[in-house]
Amino acid sequence: MSVCTSRSEDTLAHRLIELTQAGLPLLDDPWAWLAEQLDLSIESTLDLLKRLQAEGAIRRIAAVPNHYRLGYRYNGMTVWDVRDTDMPRLGALIGAQPFVSHCYRRPRRTAWRYNLFAMVHGRSREEIDSYREHLRYLLGDACVADEMLVSSRILKKTGVRLMPLSSTHTL
Amino acid sequence: MDDLDRRLINRLQLGLPLVRNPWQALASELDSSSTELLHRLHELLCEGILTRFGPMFDIERLGGAFTLAALAVPEERFEEVAEQLHALPEVAHNYRREHAWNMWFVLACATEQDVTDTLQYIETLTGLPLLNLPKEETYHVGLYFPV
Repeated sequence: MSVCTSRSEDTLAHRLIELTQAGLPLLDDPWAWLAEQLDLSIESTLDLLKRLQAEGAIRRIAAVPNHYRLGYRYNGMTVWDVRDTDMPRLGALIGAQPFVSHCYRRPRRTAWRYNLFAMVHGRSREEIDSYREHLRYLLGDACVADEMLVSSRILKKTGVRLMPLSSTHTL
Repeated sequence: MDDLDRRLINRLQLGLPLVRNPWQALASELDSSSTELLHRLHELLCEGILTRFGPMFDIERLGGAFTLAALAVPEERFEEVAEQLHALPEVAHNYRREHAWNMWFVLACATEQDVTDTLQYIETLTGLPLLNLPKEETYHVGLYFPV
């Protein structure tokens, strides 16, 4: 699946990822550097970035903070059992709260009743508890049950990279 | 960290403007100079307050297959299972969470078939039932930590 409109644009996007996976060089004119690497004009490079951003392939060109260093040590995965017919409206509402970093609809299972997931971050346990309360208030009667799963340990964090190699497992 | 560092951190989380001279645009916004901002950004990256600066790709839109999955691991087997998952390249993130479903991980694979195969493999490897919760709709993605 690709959002790119043409094969060459796809290739450029992948080349762009390779070039900037570690970050964009801290240059006064970063577009000139990228243009040279991609063998494009500066204008075409900027147009490419704008197109990829409009399509959503690039969310933004931004700084990623070490949120622990900024004091955000607590994260809670809040999960909600929301009436299906209310999901489009309420999913958008919950996702729009400034303290929610990720918000998704996921399937219910026999052993799992929650269909709405919203990740919240804060500087104290009290802070994330208060966010959960606020979400509960916003969801109102449309939500019949909820929980907050607080993370207590990072077991692995390598990040999602472009196209992991296909592999088959054998026991 | 002084006031300009804080304003720079907050502003850069929102994204560099896609204009011809982005650092000059930011400098006038923050009442500074492009040289000063680039110097400060360099320092913040070196100190580890910022982990990265650059395009944030929605890798999932550029291909691949992903899911969120969970295991309910008996306490006495927790470390062993954590190591088993750690060894799998398809496991991108894995967190312990305080819940009966106490291990939550993200799989990043090349194809949907690889996701299915890897989940099957993890079930067989661990002998534990697995919760597979692929996203059906995205309402929001965007970390913002104001300082």
